[in-house]
Amino acid sequence: MSTSFVQRALRHKSFVAGGVLCALLLGMALLSLVWTPWPTAEIDIPKKLQPPSAQHWLGTDSLGRDIASLLLVGSQNSIVVGVIAVGIGMGFGVALGCLAAARRGWVEEVVMRASDFTFAFPALLLAIMLTAIYGPGLVMSIVAIGIFNIPVFARITRGSANVVWAREYVLAARAAGKGALQITVDHVLPNIANLLIVQATISFATAILAEAALSYLGLGTQPPQPSWGRMLNEAQSLMFQAPLLAVYPGVAIVLSVLGLNLIGDGLRDLMDPKLARAR
Amino acid sequence: MLLFLLKRLATLAATLAVASLIVFAVLELLPGNAAQLILGDTATPESLAALEKKLGLDRPAAERYAQWAGGLLQGRTAQSVSYNEATATLIAQRLQVTLPLAAMAMLLTVVLALTLGVYAAARHNRLADVGVMAASQIGIAIPNFWFAILLILLFAVNLQWVSAGGFPGWTEDDGGGLWEGVKALILPAVALAVVQAAILARVTRSAVLEVMREDFVRTARAKGLTRGQALRRHVLRNAMIPVLTVAGLQFANLITGTIVVENVFVLPGLGRLIFQAIANRDLVVVRDVVMLLAALVVLVNFVVDVLYAVVDPRLRRHDA
Repeated sequence: MSTSFVQRALRHKSFVAGGVLCALLLGMALLSLVWTPWPTAEIDIPKKLQPPSAQHWLGTDSLGRDIASLLLVGSQNSIVVGVIAVGIGMGFGVALGCLAAARRGWVEEVVMRASDFTFAFPALLLAIMLTAIYGPGLVMSIVAIGIFNIPVFARITRGSANVVWAREYVLAARAAGKGALQITVDHVLPNIANLLIVQATISFATAILAEAALSYLGLGTQPPQPSWGRMLNEAQSLMFQAPLLAVYPGVAIVLSVLGLNLIGDGLRDLMDPKLARAR
Repeated sequence: MLLFLLKRLATLAATLAVASLIVFAVLELLPGNAAQLILGDTATPESLAALEKKLGLDRPAAERYAQWAGGLLQGRTAQSVSYNEATATLIAQRLQVTLPLAAMAMLLTVVLALTLGVYAAARHNRLADVGVMAASQIGIAIPNFWFAILLILLFAVNLQWVSAGGFPGWTEDDGGGLWEGVKALILPAVALAVVQAAILARVTRSAVLEVMREDFVRTARAKGLTRGQALRRHVLRNAMIPVLTVAGLQFANLITGTIVVENVFVLPGLGRLIFQAIANRDLVVVRDVVMLLAALVVLVNFVVDVLYAVVDPRLRRHDA
């Protein structure tokens, strides 16, 4: 990454704001691996539903567990789901998109129609189907979100790879005898990497939202593993007694998703050559 | 146009067919023995055999698929295992809540998004524009079910203007009424609409800004039209093409959003039905409801495709 890119990035307000929020999310997850204010598995019924205090910074839930600790550990979930689901989508989607662009003809048609069919099943519907068979759990929600991401990446990859395949230097490479795989690795992927990175941040944000919804519905992360979505489900039944319990996990989700969206917007601007020249 | 329509109809039919194959494969073939899955590990061989016969599991998969798909096309569905009613009856009852909710949410989305998007574009790079874009950026990040919970906290718990959930029914015989029913759907519709409106407002603003830069708008201004007049008479109708396309595609998100929001407000719609069916391991209901929702998504995409080509003839020529 060139120095000028870093300098431009540090001057880009969206990118910096998004970076700070994402660093916060990552920091929470890493910190929770080694330390939390209180153990999240520790149930202490006499201390249930306490308001914020010096001991419990955000209060306690209906089982006496520290909310701040639950939020910290819950961030691990969001990152794991985001990374794996986007990884699945990107891994298979980019491969299929590159295959479609390299082969064209009926191969492209089959790949694109297959991804169209997958679009008929939003992540939630896929998760419902898988849960009905295999039962709820983090793995099923990751698989459902991951499968939904495949056609997203396949479409973007194929569209932008087609543009690269039409370029003169690629035609020259083909004339020189380079195979489709080598052209894809040497020329297509490096030229579409920027677009894929931006899409990855957007998909990561969508994955966090989807996982939160699935956990809220009881289809995602299962107890005793903390999850922001499930915390909201539990908080809803306690709205009259402890309304703040419904606020904290939601704020955590919003800030994480906002951070990723801002980074994505920032990267899109920073990697746009026209905007870079204008600066 | 006819050729374009025929091509699209063929794609629609193929997509619906493949979607039905996927639903059937996942919910009927993957589990292995669906009767075992429904009754659990402690089921006796006799009860298993009886349920297998009832579900037709003793017949080949191809025959079961043909019967199910053929029945759907004729409006005939199987009996729900837990409710002992045809799933079509259950779905029809629940659609009386889900469809009006989705329609109200869609209307709110379009009104809010168009208003904010045009307002922001007309005040491009000024404080109002920055404010609307910042608000929409936050709106996109808000989970609809969390916003629903916040609305309940404010309007039901604090202000006590509405109840925290439930649905009284559309008729007075059910204990409700038209206005009571609409009142029960207002908060859920707002929860669904705000997030979608945030996305659509950004699309509207981009579309309006792009059209405002066109030569014909400059000409209109040169001819003496005020900014507002040029906006109303020339910009809006051209900007609406991409906006309505995205709005149509968002309807698919709205449908899945209703599944979640119905559970927040305990509304007796399709969302609640599907989760009760999962809890009861009623794969028959899950299968038919998932197929209906997938078909709705596909149909909406088809309608948007066709409407887009109706409005913009260049697409028909390109596709043909």
